[in-house]
Amino acid sequence: MYEFVTQHGPVWGTVMAIGQIMAFVIVLLLSLAFLLLMDRKVWAAVQMRKGPNTVGAFGLLQSFADFIKFVLKEIIVPAGADRPLFLLAPLLTFVFAFVTWAVIPVAPGWVISDLNVGILYVFAISSLGVYGIIIGGWASNSKYPFLGSLRSAAQMVSYEVSIGFVLVTVLLMVGSMNLSAVVEAQAGGFWNWHVLSAGMLPWPAFLITIPMFVIFFISALAETNRPPFDLPEAESELVAGYQVEYSSTPYLLFMIGEYLNIVLMCALMTVLFFGGWHAPFDFAPFTWIHPVFWFAIKVVFFFFMFAMVKALVPRYRYDQLMRLGWKIFLPTSLAAVAVMGGIVVYSNAG
Amino acid sequence: MSRIAQTLRGAALLDFWGAFALGMKYLFRKKPTINYPFEKGRLSPRFRGQHALRRYPDGEERCIACKLCEAVCPAQAITIEAEPREDGSRRTTRYDIDMVKCIYCGFCAEACPVDAIVEGPNFEFATETREELYYDKAKLLDNGDRWEREIARNLELDARYR
Repeated sequence: MYEFVTQHGPVWGTVMAIGQIMAFVIVLLLSLAFLLLMDRKVWAAVQMRKGPNTVGAFGLLQSFADFIKFVLKEIIVPAGADRPLFLLAPLLTFVFAFVTWAVIPVAPGWVISDLNVGILYVFAISSLGVYGIIIGGWASNSKYPFLGSLRSAAQMVSYEVSIGFVLVTVLLMVGSMNLSAVVEAQAGGFWNWHVLSAGMLPWPAFLITIPMFVIFFISALAETNRPPFDLPEAESELVAGYQVEYSSTPYLLFMIGEYLNIVLMCALMTVLFFGGWHAPFDFAPFTWIHPVFWFAIKVVFFFFMFAMVKALVPRYRYDQLMRLGWKIFLPTSLAAVAVMGGIVVYSNAG
Repeated sequence: MSRIAQTLRGAALLDFWGAFALGMKYLFRKKPTINYPFEKGRLSPRFRGQHALRRYPDGEERCIACKLCEAVCPAQAITIEAEPREDGSRRTTRYDIDMVKCIYCGFCAEACPVDAIVEGPNFEFATETREELYYDKAKLLDNGDRWEREIARNLELDARYR
């Protein structure tokens, strides 16, 4: 973005930067529409249902029909609700979900903002994401949304800690917080991806990255309020948690934000552990395909895993959720950071 | 010892991978879904759907106004009034079924000595108003004319079990 302004002057630079952002947002929203459909289709298929199949061929246009329906409905604001905050909350969720995407590199050079502190930025923004939910639950002035938002606050804080430590292990391995550099470090075939290798580090390091990846995946489930950790919106207890009082466009914003966060987590897994835009093999037939497709394929694969987890795993009890976060993931990831730091220091010295 | 084994099982996500394999198996299985308005499930010949009053092949209505159906109806949904016709045969002047009261037990069809009132295979007769579900004789005879082929076939198929 900064380069745009320096190269093309303040006016054209700004216009081009905004154009780039708009293009990215539109592509993101369009792919989200189909990922949403895929989520529903996978979930249905596991339960031997067909899923949406009426709007368009194979139901491909279902998300657009849903979009029109959501937008056309009346926005209902409860009488006791704090009106400005009530309407602000879904916007916050929506905006923060998009903002994080600014630093995700989808192909070499294809990144809106090539921040040197990309990982830190991701971590900072994903912590802010919880505000949308807390404010939404509180502003509804109703008991289920409030309980849901309290749960979600505690849950997201707990799992952010282990996500943070997982991010730290990766940045220790790479030695850079720039996400493009993280991907570059995994070039040259799938055996160089962080989940299977430790880059320049001696071999025991990859024994740490596999559990770190598993911890990241499960924490991502909890962080995005997906089953089996969907306690903030547990329909059997809290109806829909913080979303109870929301309807129409605000609900749509919440939902888009939530799914965008899920796709973001898939993208982060791809970038941090599965080689980002790199092909699994570094020779001919694989290198013909544009890197952005490899990135997209990996993201779709992880999204498929998210959908399968939703279809298969029963919801955790709240104390089990907290036990998993604080007594298993936190010590494990903390130990991993310490060991990984030790390996880095050892290999640099030796 | 068992706790250690349990911990290792949990750490290896064995439960999840088992469920995942099962889920993938079901994912590719043939879906039993029927696309309802376009595809319909098979109905038994004994299916008890919308009522119909039948006629003989020569066009004479079968009902002889014996009022057995009215008597047997547990929901008291049937109302019959009868008087002799000009040719002296006993016929109904009024034959109403309140389809809202009806519980589709099929007793009326069982009670009928001449197979006049039957429950046909039609189950798609939802209406927008309650009044449309108060069937009179004309409506029931019309149903009979419309569904005669299916009703006759079902009666024939089910005849040896009766």
